[in-house]
Amino acid sequence: MDPIIETKNLTHIYSAGTPFEHTALSGVDFCAYPGEYLGIIGHTGSGKSTLIQHLNALLKPTGGQVLFQDTDIWSDPKITRRTRFQVGLVFQYPEYQLFEETVYKDISFGPKNMGLDEKEIDRRVRSAAYFVGLRDDQLEKSPFELSGGQKRRVAIAGVIAMEPKVLVLDEPTAGLDPEGVESILSNIREYHDHHNATVILVSHSMEEVARSVDRLVAVNDGTISFQGPPREVFRHGEELEQMGLGVPQLTRVFHRLRAMGVDIDSSVYTLEQAKAAILEKLRGGAV
Amino acid sequence: MALKDITLGQYFPGNSVVHRLDPRTKLLAVVLYIVALFLASWFVSYVVMFLVLAGSVAASKVPPKSILRGLKPVLFIVVFTAVLNLFYTPGNMVLARFWIFTITLEGVYRAFFMVVRIMMLISGTFLLTYTTSPILLTDGLESLLGPLKKIRVPVHELAMMMSIALRFIPTLIEETDKIMSAQRARGADFESGSLIQRARALLPLLVPLFISAFRRADELATAMECRCYHGGEGRTRLRQLKFKPADYVTLLLFLAVTAGVGILGYFGL
Repeated sequence: MDPIIETKNLTHIYSAGTPFEHTALSGVDFCAYPGEYLGIIGHTGSGKSTLIQHLNALLKPTGGQVLFQDTDIWSDPKITRRTRFQVGLVFQYPEYQLFEETVYKDISFGPKNMGLDEKEIDRRVRSAAYFVGLRDDQLEKSPFELSGGQKRRVAIAGVIAMEPKVLVLDEPTAGLDPEGVESILSNIREYHDHHNATVILVSHSMEEVARSVDRLVAVNDGTISFQGPPREVFRHGEELEQMGLGVPQLTRVFHRLRAMGVDIDSSVYTLEQAKAAILEKLRGGAV
Repeated sequence: MALKDITLGQYFPGNSVVHRLDPRTKLLAVVLYIVALFLASWFVSYVVMFLVLAGSVAASKVPPKSILRGLKPVLFIVVFTAVLNLFYTPGNMVLARFWIFTITLEGVYRAFFMVVRIMMLISGTFLLTYTTSPILLTDGLESLLGPLKKIRVPVHELAMMMSIALRFIPTLIEETDKIMSAQRARGADFESGSLIQRARALLPLLVPLFISAFRRADELATAMECRCYHGGEGRTRLRQLKFKPADYVTLLLFLAVTAGVGILGYFGL
């Protein structure tokens, strides 16, 4: 399968040619496939935010290419603009970007910029609002009357309403209570399943990423250090910890067991996998 | 567009002789330097002033390149002044005449000196902000303006407002950058269209920016009250400003230069 979006040898240098010059990305080859649920992990300053801002053409690469469906997104200004709509990016703390008088108007900002007709805009706003669990009567409210968690939903709906083929979310659950985290994550999954969209979830919470994604990409110091299914990535527990990331708590228990001399699979990260691994070990020991 | 690249009297951390001077000394020295610049009238004085500036820059170890880069934003004003002076200075020595313009030798000199003066003025003040952290700068100002408290000028409050404003400039720039990116991700277009369209396009940027500025101000006020801030009365400082021998030497030097340039100017040099 061809990747829907990929970067080739992507390099980005901030403030090039000044004393504050800083290389945020160096030679990154990244790709995401259609319908994939992908996680990007990395600690603060690892370059993950820089990477995702390249995916929808907010940042221009210093070197290398960004391809969306095999077309260089910087080859033509029209393509650059179109990419912004096809790759939806939800920033960290997106609730601070709300500005309209009503929730409805704010969600329709993106679709309106796409030049859609009134009827289509209405359909998209309502379906996006439905996805993030906003009630109809909340659509006519001012976004500033809502609670923090609801504001975040409005902001996410504002991006979902553009119905992007690739949805990128930067720490969408930061600062929410456990219940809010749960419901936002399930909204995102619903969007993924319903639209068969590619979802890229950026996070530093291993637990959160491990539960939802098909594939994990670990970014460190402007390069991709590991990628693969979560189990494979979590096998590198020690390296991840050196990168300041750590592994899910459950995985850590198994790593510790291994360190204590127990021969057990240390790549587990869900309760079921842990149960299976322990049972297997016990059975193996009994025979 | 990278808003972060704007140098706005940016502080260059360092540990040179100039960095270590008392902020009051530097403030006074800059005032003396500016006075001297306006007293200077002919080549000799300007050469002296240039040596003073070059010496200070060398002592500060700030790369001259960054000072030159700071001059870029004022280039327009410099060119504008030069052109005005070039064409509108009356004089006897006419060098060229075309259409309604006359260029006189006096005009050429005047334009040249004006350009040099503005550039040196800005370089000098930049050196102050490059080598003094904003906090020290306001501390210095507050201390220098202290006597005005006697006539009920709220010096402390003004200084506090200034340090808060300076402290939040980078934060607001960062915030603007972030909101701009977020709205661009939703298809906002800040770069094209007519003037009115562009002004309208700023709305999605300005509304969130103002809201967050007010929120920050509110939070800051609460935080300050929680730590019992109640104005400047009876407030002590962690860092006491104290003049050291180097400060006296610097001040004497700058006094001498200003006096010297004043005398040179009197003789028309």
